[in-house]
Amino acid sequence: MCLAIPGRVVSIDKGATPLMGSVDFSGITRTICLEWLPDVTVGDYVIVHVGFAIGTIDEQEAVETLKLFAQMGALPDGQGPDGAGPDAGPH
Amino acid sequence: MRYVDEYRDREKARMFAAMIGEITKRTWTLMEVCGGQTHTIVRYGLESLLPKTLALIHGPGCPVCVTPLEMIDRAIAIASRPDVMFTSFGDMLRVPGSRSDLLSVKARGGDVRIVYSPLDAVTLASQNPGKKVVFFAVGFETTAPPNAMAVWQAHRLGLKNFSILCSHVLVPPAMEAILSSPSNSVQAFLAAGHVCTVMGFREYLPIAERHGVPVVVTGFEPVDILQGIYLCVKQLEEGRAEVENQYRRSVRPEGNVRARQLIAEVFTTCDRKWRGIGEIPRSGYTLSPAYAGYDAERVFNVEGIEARESPLCIAGAILQGMKKPHDCAAFGRECSPERPLGAPMVSSEGACAAYYRYGTLNHR
Amino acid sequence: MPDTPRGDLAAGPACPIPIADYPHVTLAHGGGGRLSQQLIETMFLAQFPSEALRPPHDGALLQLGNMRLAFSTDSYVIRPIFFPGGTIGELAVNGTVNDLAMCGARPMYLSAAFIIEEGLPMEDLWRIVVSMQTAAVTAGVTLVTGDTKVVDRGKGDRIFINTSGIGMVLPGVHINPIRATAGDAVLLSGRIADHGIAVLSVREGLEFGTELKSDTAPLNGLVAAMLHASPDLHVLRDPTRGGVASALNEIAAAARLGIHLREESIPVGDAVRGACELLGLDPLYVANEGKLIAIVPGHDADSVLEAMRSHPLGKEAVVIGTVVDDHPGIVTMETRIGGTRIVDMLSGEQLPRIC
Repeated sequence: MCLAIPGRVVSIDKGATPLMGSVDFSGITRTICLEWLPDVTVGDYVIVHVGFAIGTIDEQEAVETLKLFAQMGALPDGQGPDGAGPDAGPH
Repeated sequence: MRYVDEYRDREKARMFAAMIGEITKRTWTLMEVCGGQTHTIVRYGLESLLPKTLALIHGPGCPVCVTPLEMIDRAIAIASRPDVMFTSFGDMLRVPGSRSDLLSVKARGGDVRIVYSPLDAVTLASQNPGKKVVFFAVGFETTAPPNAMAVWQAHRLGLKNFSILCSHVLVPPAMEAILSSPSNSVQAFLAAGHVCTVMGFREYLPIAERHGVPVVVTGFEPVDILQGIYLCVKQLEEGRAEVENQYRRSVRPEGNVRARQLIAEVFTTCDRKWRGIGEIPRSGYTLSPAYAGYDAERVFNVEGIEARESPLCIAGAILQGMKKPHDCAAFGRECSPERPLGAPMVSSEGACAAYYRYGTLNHR
Repeated sequence: MPDTPRGDLAAGPACPIPIADYPHVTLAHGGGGRLSQQLIETMFLAQFPSEALRPPHDGALLQLGNMRLAFSTDSYVIRPIFFPGGTIGELAVNGTVNDLAMCGARPMYLSAAFIIEEGLPMEDLWRIVVSMQTAAVTAGVTLVTGDTKVVDRGKGDRIFINTSGIGMVLPGVHINPIRATAGDAVLLSGRIADHGIAVLSVREGLEFGTELKSDTAPLNGLVAAMLHASPDLHVLRDPTRGGVASALNEIAAAARLGIHLREESIPVGDAVRGACELLGLDPLYVANEGKLIAIVPGHDADSVLEAMRSHPLGKEAVVIGTVVDDHPGIVTMETRIGGTRIVDMLSGEQLPRIC
């Protein structure tokens, strides 16, 4: 369940209740509710489900993960730099 | 597409598939609860990349499939009324009720409309004051804030002609029910990444601890799923049972606090019947007393509808992971996407339709 | 197919579709997928015995003396009647031109029948008719006969248009799904799903701002260029409703062969991808109105591709797969991450999903 995809915020209508904005998905734009992300700014990437932004993409985390993938790919048996694999860590 | 294409990369997929193959020493059974993850697994042919000793069971993660039969029948009864404009997400239209489905109501002249967003239904209500607009509010926790916002907005606008038919279901109680069943074979879970984007993942800690099962919060692209499976198997092989977050770019431990606040204001937890499974305590949402006036079950008299499930359909066993679609005698015969007997054959996330549409050649 | 007593008009044949299943026609029966196929087979083919109808193809091939004529018909009931990139009128002209071109015919003459709902603004009708003439001129065909009816307000969706057409098939050209052979290359003339998404983008409830336009276009010029490069084209098909997936499934079933595709080779525009991702739609099942699929002998693939790419409507032409002996009637695909899946026939309408 929960078809949701990342899109880029292109404009925010600060006067709207609830808070709305325009989000771009590779050239398609749609009016999306941004009410639950009050600190969102133009240029941010958000995850959108049925016309609502439910979260922001943490670009730092994404970069770290992709870096890790690249490192794993470079090593012979795919292990991470600490030899333990791409462990995202318990919580 | 940014933040999508990187996770559909062939080399990364191959890498994780190889790593899974290397660390899998024993037989393990994993379940992904989310229909969107089932869709990805089948659509990209992920199972063909995994070792045969790993079993992936597709759980009851499709709100379309688990919406109780009575609720579908009520939806059909309401949608058939001439004073009603019935709005819904697209995939609900073909879910079979006892005798009919919403698409047939449309064929007979009912005003049934597909909307992408619940707010579109509110807009339709304000544009059509002469009609009673009903929105079929189904979904897991991901869809709860949007559905709540629709009700909140209708209230703010003072709309008198808007109501929702509410059939929300929650993931943790379902996982609990599956794990508590005596015939349970699931040893680890891929938790639904978008549900957790809203709700966070703290509720899975007691489940992992109590039942000794790893729970990995996982995204929806093929590389996400493969990484999630890798992390599950790694925990299983190492004898750990922890909650891990694979979908870190989207999921925070606390989820989205404001969205959860809205859920708490508009909904309250209730017992809910899951189609094919039965009643699971405290596994659903219903409108809270302050918003009860927007409950379509109160606005319309839909009591006394007798639901009648097909005797051939084994949806319950499939949704709980006890059987696979091919185990069903009616699969591909009496039951097909053109003539579904049960809900898992309707939505392309339903296990049966996913297998029918994308299943490997070995299975056909 | 059920046994029907031919000639026994008094008794009349029994309705072949089990009443318990579908006492009424549903929208899914018009969607281009399995249910449409079922309706055609169990209703129409059961009653109309002509061999020209079998196997079902875009047009009928008829021998008139020394001439081979192709004859085709198409109805347009689209909503909205004006959409980015076109009108219902030019869809109707291009649709029949393309059906004829897919038979390997040179389209020549068209008829147009209009069923107009009372209340349609004259401005709208004029706009549609002008667009039809423009389309006809572009395609090199002439509208020679027609009909007009008006129905009560509420009994028609603004306007329905049927076009029928005839064209001439050149000697040596034999295009039919049964000509597909193992080893043939499957070619696609360009990016998919533009039309379906453009229409969806203006439909109520699913609006999103986009630059996207329908790809409606007459393909007879492109086909002529392809036939010039290789008169021995085996199959041509324009993937309209039901998309590339449905068209290939129909061909595989008629040819009793398998088709294997490579997902990575199938071109999809960025905005179209974005819309499909947003709504949970698979572009393989979305309608196209200016694209074609060609199945050609493997050794001809390069020259046909070159001819396509030299034509404005085939600039992005690619090979997307092969015809195979395995799994007859089934279309498979190597997914972009290296797995294998079946590309099944659509059952009813593809609906946007939340799952």
